[in-house]
Amino acid sequence: MNKVVNDFSITVGTKNGSGSSTANNTLLRAIFKMGIPVSGKNLFPSNIQGLPTWYTIRVNKDGFIARREEQEVVVALNPDSFARDLASVAAGGAFFYADDIKQPITRADVAVYPMPVKQLVRSDPNVPADFRDLVGNMVYVGVLAQMIGIDLSTIEAALNFHFKGKQKPIDMNLNAVRAGAEWAKTNLEKKDVFFLEPMNKTDGLIMADGNTAAAIGSIFGGVQFAAWYPITPASSLAESLNDYLPTLRKREDGKHTYAVVQAEDELAAIGMAIGAGWSGLRSMTSTSGPGLSLMTEFTGLAYYTEVPVVVWDVQRIGPSTGLPTRTAQGDLSFVNFMGHGDTESIILLPGDVSECFEFGWKAFDVAERMQTPVFVLSDLDMGMNQWMSKPFAYPDTPMDRGKLLWEKDLEELKGNWARYLDKDGDGITYRTFPGNTHPMSSYFTRGTGHDENARYTEDSTVWLNMMDRLKKKHQTARKYVPAPVLHSTPGATVGIIGYGSTESAILEAMYQLETEQGIKADFLRVRALPFSDQVTEFVDKYDQVFVVEMNRDGQMNQILTIEYPQRAPYFRSVAYGDGMPASAKWVREGILAKYTVEEKA
Amino acid sequence: MAGAPANANVNLAGLVKNDYRGNPTTLCQGCGHNSISNQIISAMYELNVVPEKVIKFSGIGCSSKSPTYFLNRSFGFNSLHGRMPSIATGALFGDISLKGVGVSGDGDSASIGMGQFKHVMRRNVNMVYIVENNGVYGLTKGQFSATAEKGLSLKKQGANQYMPVDICMEALASNATFVARSFAGNPKQVKELLKAAMSHHGIAVLDIISPCVTFNNQENAYHSYAWGKDHEEPLHEISYIAPRSEIILEEEMKEGEVREVAMHDGSVVILKVLEKDYNPTDRFEALRVLAEAQQNNWLATGLIYIETGKPALTDIYNLVDTPLNRLEEPDLRPAPEMIDKINALMF
Repeated sequence: MNKVVNDFSITVGTKNGSGSSTANNTLLRAIFKMGIPVSGKNLFPSNIQGLPTWYTIRVNKDGFIARREEQEVVVALNPDSFARDLASVAAGGAFFYADDIKQPITRADVAVYPMPVKQLVRSDPNVPADFRDLVGNMVYVGVLAQMIGIDLSTIEAALNFHFKGKQKPIDMNLNAVRAGAEWAKTNLEKKDVFFLEPMNKTDGLIMADGNTAAAIGSIFGGVQFAAWYPITPASSLAESLNDYLPTLRKREDGKHTYAVVQAEDELAAIGMAIGAGWSGLRSMTSTSGPGLSLMTEFTGLAYYTEVPVVVWDVQRIGPSTGLPTRTAQGDLSFVNFMGHGDTESIILLPGDVSECFEFGWKAFDVAERMQTPVFVLSDLDMGMNQWMSKPFAYPDTPMDRGKLLWEKDLEELKGNWARYLDKDGDGITYRTFPGNTHPMSSYFTRGTGHDENARYTEDSTVWLNMMDRLKKKHQTARKYVPAPVLHSTPGATVGIIGYGSTESAILEAMYQLETEQGIKADFLRVRALPFSDQVTEFVDKYDQVFVVEMNRDGQMNQILTIEYPQRAPYFRSVAYGDGMPASAKWVREGILAKYTVEEKA
Repeated sequence: MAGAPANANVNLAGLVKNDYRGNPTTLCQGCGHNSISNQIISAMYELNVVPEKVIKFSGIGCSSKSPTYFLNRSFGFNSLHGRMPSIATGALFGDISLKGVGVSGDGDSASIGMGQFKHVMRRNVNMVYIVENNGVYGLTKGQFSATAEKGLSLKKQGANQYMPVDICMEALASNATFVARSFAGNPKQVKELLKAAMSHHGIAVLDIISPCVTFNNQENAYHSYAWGKDHEEPLHEISYIAPRSEIILEEEMKEGEVREVAMHDGSVVILKVLEKDYNPTDRFEALRVLAEAQQNNWLATGLIYIETGKPALTDIYNLVDTPLNRLEEPDLRPAPEMIDKINALMF
């Protein structure tokens, strides 16, 4: 049999709360350190302890790192999911399991490797009894390292990172890895074809999760105020602000230029953030679907009163509580039209971890320039999993604080200004902040009907003009939001539109469609709403535009259809939402199901 | 510094009373809220407040319209129903030298906004929180509010079936540091309590019974002028003495006849003992006196509870001296070399 090198998937089945995440992350990082393109996804239950949980790793020498349905290497450490795990191994694959699980081996078409996990850990006198389960997870890492070819030095580097250089836990875990590796060397015979070999394809890359990247990006964007309420999968974004702000914004006088408040609920979190945005701070909140539902009344207020605020929505699958630990792109339509009455939202759509960083700072520039809420839609897969990524890049533009008037500006204007007066004709008006000492600086903000001077009015013409100006402002936003990213294929006859974390799956599907079916596609990854001109040009170009997204109803497709009604016959929705990260398989099959062979004239 | 003002009507902030006014009220004639707005104007004028140093806040309802009717030179935010506390909490981080003055109502605070009401208390946000309490929804034409007494009958509504919420008790239970109750029919007390509240560092709750002349002013109704006048039991007679002014009492006081409360800003609140000596720094006493008033159908007014010296919310955050909203890019964006350091922290 031919060796399969650097092109397979590994899934590890464990019990939630058993401490397997250290082992899983170590494995992922070690492979990354070997220079092999890799991704790791935690497929976990909404539970603290006890339920089955899986970690799936994909290695691919060509850099396709989307989740795959097929699993060639499966590690079973949980008796509750043993039978299911064994059944999931691809024919010809490898199955490793803890040998204290006494269950029938029903597969003859896979290589089976029992591992004496408990025995090996028990035999190490340096592992205290209550650490045995935790360290036991490392035994599988050692066995796998030996059997598929992971250099122990890369494992050591991963553990060193994980335990922040603390020697005692590093040694304890590394010993278990070594014990597993040595046992496997002596006792197991390689019966499968899956191998890892070092490459240099991760040089210059980092590994990080999107929530951390978003938080650090926000700090480089000068975040001054954040209010939040705990929710999966967004909590770690706010927690990362607390982790990194003290270092990144350290001052000699020890004082702070920021405040992070854990609110009593999402109503208060967004309220505080809007209050702070109104008073002139770079202000944000982070949440997920159910929290966003609660924030709706306040974002409508911020839209109409024109208050900048950045709202991160790390999407999980809904409706309702849904599956709190499963991913989706299901909030797009909701956010686009969020609020009663006529509202339109600015939405940023980061596609990877480095863009979570970039949009972290950029979102403040857009929000303050446009004086309106800016929603950044990430998802659980991007937010909580470790991804290989380009390093974070320092902001390439200075902060854009938008149209502000301080005391000296008002003196020059002789106090002659109005909060909602469109002086420049772009729909964006000027604002002042509380604390401005100029006697003409103040205005009264209200969610009720108001005129250019922010005074209450029920005058129909004034109302119409105000709403028309807000519409104009939204049109202006097209120039300020991130442009889409085009992946073009020479001779492409069809278009694909996607956004967010599906990029890798779409690129892989494009490759397969071209090599296997001869279908050549251009792929436009949309990065914001409202659409910039490049989107218009793209949709005008093809007779078939496949709109790929992780939801049931094809929400981006709906929005494109509203925006470009004349192109509606050419849009083909490829939408799928089962809570799992996108795979090339469903993208490819979804496109093929809707693809029509062009009729030759 | 300028010398003594030439115009006797000019206060130490260099302003005349008109500088503290707002737009003409659009509330009903005789509404308790108008009387409170007038006392706010007087109190601010007499306290020499610089209007630009105040931010006005409100929620939704008749009460929440009233910030339009005073302090035209202050910034203001008329927010959402029941959500004034969160807007104020965030906004006051912008410049911590500013004082918040919020006006809410019983519907706004005791019903839809009960959660935020209680959390703004426990955070000790630096603002005066006025509840213009009339037991009824005015703008929606006369439904019961959560402070309406059980058994109250209103036109089209029948009799109220539920027990009322006591704003002061809720505030106390949530660790508010300044809790007072007053009555719009007692403007002098309203004004003195407003001044004391402005001098308090942290949250100062003023539950002011403010009759709704249109929907809930029947003689036997708890929130009516007539009932208030008949049943008011002031805990003390309150006078506010500005910082650095000599304390001169109108009449010779014997020991035990007066209590002095030293405020954060150097002012003093003088509480003249009436029938019984009341100690507003005792939380247990405060709860007891509120329960006693409920039992006896008294409208107990005055400074119910005060705790000075507690840090306000923004104090906890150890913020820079410059107002946060005046910081610029060099203060806010980490230096370029930090990007390599942060990338090195990733794997």
